[in-house]
Amino acid sequence: MNAHTDNIAQYNFAYLDEQTKRMIRRAILKAIAIPGYQVPFASREMPMPYGWGTGGVQVTASIIGTDDVLKVIDQGADDTTNAVSIRAFFQKVANVAVTTHTADATIIQTRHRIPEEPLKSGQVLVYQVPIPEPLRFLEPRETETRKMHALEEYGLMHVKLYEDIAQHGHIATTFAYPVKVEGRYVMDPSPTPKFDNPKMHMSKALQLFGAGREKRIYAVPPYTRVESLDFEDHPFEIQTFDEPCALCGGTNVYLDEVVLDDRGGRMFVCSDTDNCEARRAEGHRGHLSGEEAATV
Amino acid sequence: MLDSIAIEGGFQKPVFDAQTVFRAIMQAMAEPGTIHRGMALAKPPAPLTPEAAAVALALCDQDTPVWLDSSLAAEDAVRAWLAFHTGAPLANTPADAHFAFSADPEHLIGLENFAQGSQEYPDRSATLVLQVSDLSGGEGLVLAGPGIESVARLAPRPLPRHFIRQWAQNHARFPRGVDLILVSRKGLAALPRSTRISSQEA
Amino acid sequence: MYVAVKGGEAAIQNAHRLLADRRRGDRNLPSITLEQIASQLSLAVDRVMSEGSLYDTGLAALAVKQARGDMIEAIFLLRAYRTTLPRFGYSRPVDTAAMLVERRVSATYKDLPGGQLLGPTFDYTHRLLDPELAEDAAPAAPEARSEAEEAMPRVSDILANEGLIEEDGSLPEDREPGDITREPPEFPMERDQRLQALSRGDEGFLLALGYSTQRGYGRNHPFAGEIRIGEVDVEIDVPELDFPLTLGRIRVTECQMVNQFKGSKKVPPQFTRGYGLVFGQSERKAMAMSLCDRALRANELDEDITAPAQDEEFVISHCDNVQATGFVEHLKLPHYVDFQAELGLVRQMRREYEERHKGAAADTERREAAE
Repeated sequence: MNAHTDNIAQYNFAYLDEQTKRMIRRAILKAIAIPGYQVPFASREMPMPYGWGTGGVQVTASIIGTDDVLKVIDQGADDTTNAVSIRAFFQKVANVAVTTHTADATIIQTRHRIPEEPLKSGQVLVYQVPIPEPLRFLEPRETETRKMHALEEYGLMHVKLYEDIAQHGHIATTFAYPVKVEGRYVMDPSPTPKFDNPKMHMSKALQLFGAGREKRIYAVPPYTRVESLDFEDHPFEIQTFDEPCALCGGTNVYLDEVVLDDRGGRMFVCSDTDNCEARRAEGHRGHLSGEEAATV
Repeated sequence: MLDSIAIEGGFQKPVFDAQTVFRAIMQAMAEPGTIHRGMALAKPPAPLTPEAAAVALALCDQDTPVWLDSSLAAEDAVRAWLAFHTGAPLANTPADAHFAFSADPEHLIGLENFAQGSQEYPDRSATLVLQVSDLSGGEGLVLAGPGIESVARLAPRPLPRHFIRQWAQNHARFPRGVDLILVSRKGLAALPRSTRISSQEA
Repeated sequence: MYVAVKGGEAAIQNAHRLLADRRRGDRNLPSITLEQIASQLSLAVDRVMSEGSLYDTGLAALAVKQARGDMIEAIFLLRAYRTTLPRFGYSRPVDTAAMLVERRVSATYKDLPGGQLLGPTFDYTHRLLDPELAEDAAPAAPEARSEAEEAMPRVSDILANEGLIEEDGSLPEDREPGDITREPPEFPMERDQRLQALSRGDEGFLLALGYSTQRGYGRNHPFAGEIRIGEVDVEIDVPELDFPLTLGRIRVTECQMVNQFKGSKKVPPQFTRGYGLVFGQSERKAMAMSLCDRALRANELDEDITAPAQDEEFVISHCDNVQATGFVEHLKLPHYVDFQAELGLVRQMRREYEERHKGAAADTERREAAE
């Protein structure tokens, strides 16, 4: 038993064994060559639960090297617990440099957001994906959805979106809003708010998507058309907010609603914490940021 | 004699070298037409080149049957080296191969002979690694498609005969089709099936 | 002034310290040893090995201890370790006919060669709590088998001699058995991969599904042909040797369900089989597995697929408790970005609803005023 406990901590660089990395790397290359197509891969059990980013972690572990600088965000923030946990994992198993600054990162692993700051050429954005199949909620069977993708048969999705319009007067999907990649595959952008969809279009960064439990990897290369599904008379629209960020005064950014008390008091602050901090460092102020509050 | 050649010439630092080679391939595949240099190399027996060998070490293993063109297959030392360092079995036919290596791309059999994947599983297709002498001195290719902002240019030589026509057919099979990795002393570039190619003159 | 919540790192560390404290429990009591867990909670260890798909009692006991007795957490721990182990090769199929049998019962024959052997079973114990176990009462030494062991052919082999039962599941000669840990699942799936998935599937899930087949949801008339528990050799072929090398022995539970089958266009009437094999002693799991295996063969046997237990994609996609628990529990991760998006939508739809309502009310008022 001691032999086990002594050996148990012997892990390869970035945790995965080399054979697993090769398998994932091959899947990534196919995913890049067929933008938006979900490549099946032999996802491994990871030392964190399925549904908590095992796909993204496997992708990151397979591409990361000693020269990389890693940023991990969850809900747009670097300090959410799962982001902290995944960042600590890579510090431990790959001894890799980490950052919270979007511009300094070579690899950004994310759950649910795309950074506000436009990404640069050479950067890689790795998405954690729970359900990679955009048609899954319309058709639960893999055997059926695979056929639909093969035949480019996306009528079901359009019917669903149109039913929304008929019922509500607008499309009632606010996140994981389906996109079409390079005019061919309908793809799930992961559960990012639709606010972020336009950032995927012709992005300068490579976007990789890992779904560990569902065992799929897909990709959007840089400079690739990513169009949110819509109708001529009901064009795609992103969310808008009525007020700027209460901390940095930023507009045209995605905001989190923070409940201040139980009497309906609330404020809106940037979801992208790095962007918010950078703006405040540049002197931007919102109506609830420290200095102003102090003068009141 | 054969044995000593076979066991030498792998990566110096297998884990880290494989990672740098893969990243070069990934970036090349993500941005077709870009040329990537400075990756780790291997020292294989000729006519397999250090660049092509590095790609083999980074991507091939027991799970990936490999096809060799006749100039590579003719060399026992090449076969032995690949078998020792990657463990990859030789494919019986081009259609069985996950990876194909060619030291003589000019005389390569038609691209349609390799696995194209199926409409349901287009990823079950071959990646071709072509050893070219040069990436900029050949016939000018104008590239467009995913990974390319407007157009990109590449002029590899030698290329398979009637390459532009063959490639047009390959691209027309999308999402099925093969992907190319071009390796030369001057660097590495890639042409995924999503890339549209026209000739410079056109 | 508002300060955003920080310090996720410290919070995690503190939570883990508290977890370690609660795991240890009352410091006045001795810490439970892995040997105690492996020997006195051996069925828990067996389940962890079986669903963790790693045969190692010491590590499984460690996982049980580390998981504070949470079985699925322990299974997860073992799986996450297993996945990092190098793979040396594949063993030969274990020969359960040559099993060193500790328990063997058949419901289809009164007596049979080798006899019925109850072994260490809960069956026929009266489920009365035993106060003596609260103390350290020493049990009487068990009776040992004295007579030379009689051969114990499998019930399926006995039936096969008469030609009344289908043959052992046969794969084409050139087909390498699949490996669900190395290849992503693809549906429809072959039976070999299905059985692998079931063998490490969640006991509770398979139990419920197997039960559902008995209650008419995909009924297939099962008889417990045989259940046997005991040790088998694990043998591996080594290229340099012309005989297989024995790596060691493992305890397994095997269940062969015998099912009535009226025959189809292609196949004459005969008995068919459902198969279950799991690590350790776990008869409930092996039996549930064999019911599910048989139900999932509906397509192969030209039976109508009408029930959940017969639906391959449904059963196989949801039987893994490590996957299931991860995804169910991921709902506790922050989702406030998406929730914000939904908040916005619900507020918008509520506004629209109220405007329509107000509009309709105003219309009615106007009409009423006009009247």
